[in-house]
Amino acid sequence: MVSVMAPPTRRVAFDLARQSVRELNQFLHGDLNQVQEVLVKNPDGAHSLAVGLNAPVRVDIGGHAGYYAAGMNKLATVVVHGNAGPGVAENMMSGRVEVSGFASGGAGASAHGGLLVIRGDAGLRCGISLKGADIVVGGEVGSFSAFMAQAGRIVICGDAGDGLGDSLYEAVIYLRGRVRSLGADARVEPMAERDHAAVRELLAAAGISHPSSEFKRIASGRTLYHWNADAGQSY
Amino acid sequence: MCGIIGLLLKDGSLRPRLGELLVPMLIGMTERGPDSSGLAVFADAVADNRRKLSLYCAQPGFDWRGFEGAWVGQVGAALFEVNANHCIVTTTADLKSAREWIATQYPAVHVLSAGRSIDLYKDIGLPSEVADRYGFQNFSGTHLVGHTRMATESAVTPENAHPYTAGEDWCLVHNGSLANPGSLRRKLEKLGERFESDCDTEAACRYLHWRLSAGETLEEALEHAFGDFDGFFTFLMGTRDKLALVRDPFACKPAVVAETDAYVAIASEFRSLAHLPGIRHASVFEPKPAEVYSWSV
Repeated sequence: MVSVMAPPTRRVAFDLARQSVRELNQFLHGDLNQVQEVLVKNPDGAHSLAVGLNAPVRVDIGGHAGYYAAGMNKLATVVVHGNAGPGVAENMMSGRVEVSGFASGGAGASAHGGLLVIRGDAGLRCGISLKGADIVVGGEVGSFSAFMAQAGRIVICGDAGDGLGDSLYEAVIYLRGRVRSLGADARVEPMAERDHAAVRELLAAAGISHPSSEFKRIASGRTLYHWNADAGQSY
Repeated sequence: MCGIIGLLLKDGSLRPRLGELLVPMLIGMTERGPDSSGLAVFADAVADNRRKLSLYCAQPGFDWRGFEGAWVGQVGAALFEVNANHCIVTTTADLKSAREWIATQYPAVHVLSAGRSIDLYKDIGLPSEVADRYGFQNFSGTHLVGHTRMATESAVTPENAHPYTAGEDWCLVHNGSLANPGSLRRKLEKLGERFESDCDTEAACRYLHWRLSAGETLEEALEHAFGDFDGFFTFLMGTRDKLALVRDPFACKPAVVAETDAYVAIASEFRSLAHLPGIRHASVFEPKPAEVYSWSV
């Protein structure tokens, strides 16, 4: 009988109390030499942690992150075990970014692909100019979220602030709570079966459970797609 | 840019350690504000008939002893604590006449603050340099308001550094910028407020002070400010027994609050709070836009 053992996971730890963010990011950008997991200790709100990754590595940030954590992420899984500052996962291309606490403003801004999961609340302008990524927020989102979002899906399990989905293009928002106000051209639409399926899929991926029946669909009314001279300066 | 910090100690046993806790907070905001920094420290109030004046003179080697002699001869007995080019004068003299005396006899000396609790320091240089210059490390007190400045709309000078004060035991620091400080200033000058710098923040400080003096609560004054201020701001304000924080309705500028049983700490970013005792178990949150938060000693 031959016993088969999985090869051990190769792990590396960085302690930002002693090492610099540049050392961490240069390591992550280099030849990872089969390292699969990287632990970042004492992040203490440092900026630009694990940005620009381009490999299927897992990075665990053991505390609060500052601005732009996991920005431009590609392929990697980055988990912030704490809160994230402004611009977490901004311009993400693929992979997965997770925040266990709250995320500040501009979370997932301009992200093209991948999944951003925020277990707590997200601040203002979450998913602004979203270009194809998916975002799941366990709590509420601040005002002006999904402003001019072009593609992708945003699932919001809590409430939303003012101006949700202002000037939306083809991104779709699924909102479970209440919205303080919808932005220009954003409208509530009926949930079709594919919308229920999308909510179920994204919640399952995020590990959050709510019935999809509790969500409503918010999408573009497409009235801003064409110039309307009669509208004057109304929008 | 600019960085703000605030700390209010609920646990009295930490008060002698205020300086030791605040210096890393201030230095943590260096990248947000390397030009200048400042600090208002509130401690136990002096007796009701006394007032403290924080004075500043830009001239190196200014003759504070000569100043003291002239003051004692012409204004009256007072206590003088010289710290580099700052001096705290504790006096029973009437504040208005003391200010006039300084303005006429020593026009190079600026009154940074007045009140029963507040001491104020501000100067140009890196936060670490300013902290060293005045020994912030050794300060004690109940609460503080600090600032690191990256100048945007006016020159890098000590008087343009924050905190700004008006009246007594009131100060404000600002991250952001206002587009209409000129019109606010013209309006306030007609109402008798006197300006000492050309910084937009001074207009905000004097505007709020004017409304508070008229009997409004801080909440009412800020409600008016949302209508009258054109621009973006996170303001942190200090009074004899309070810290208050507000962000503009668009939350353009950041702020993070950490609260434990021992303290409330406020900063533009978490990296200025990371060293505080018990921070891992603190309740950390981001203040919502257009909401007024306040904490009392």
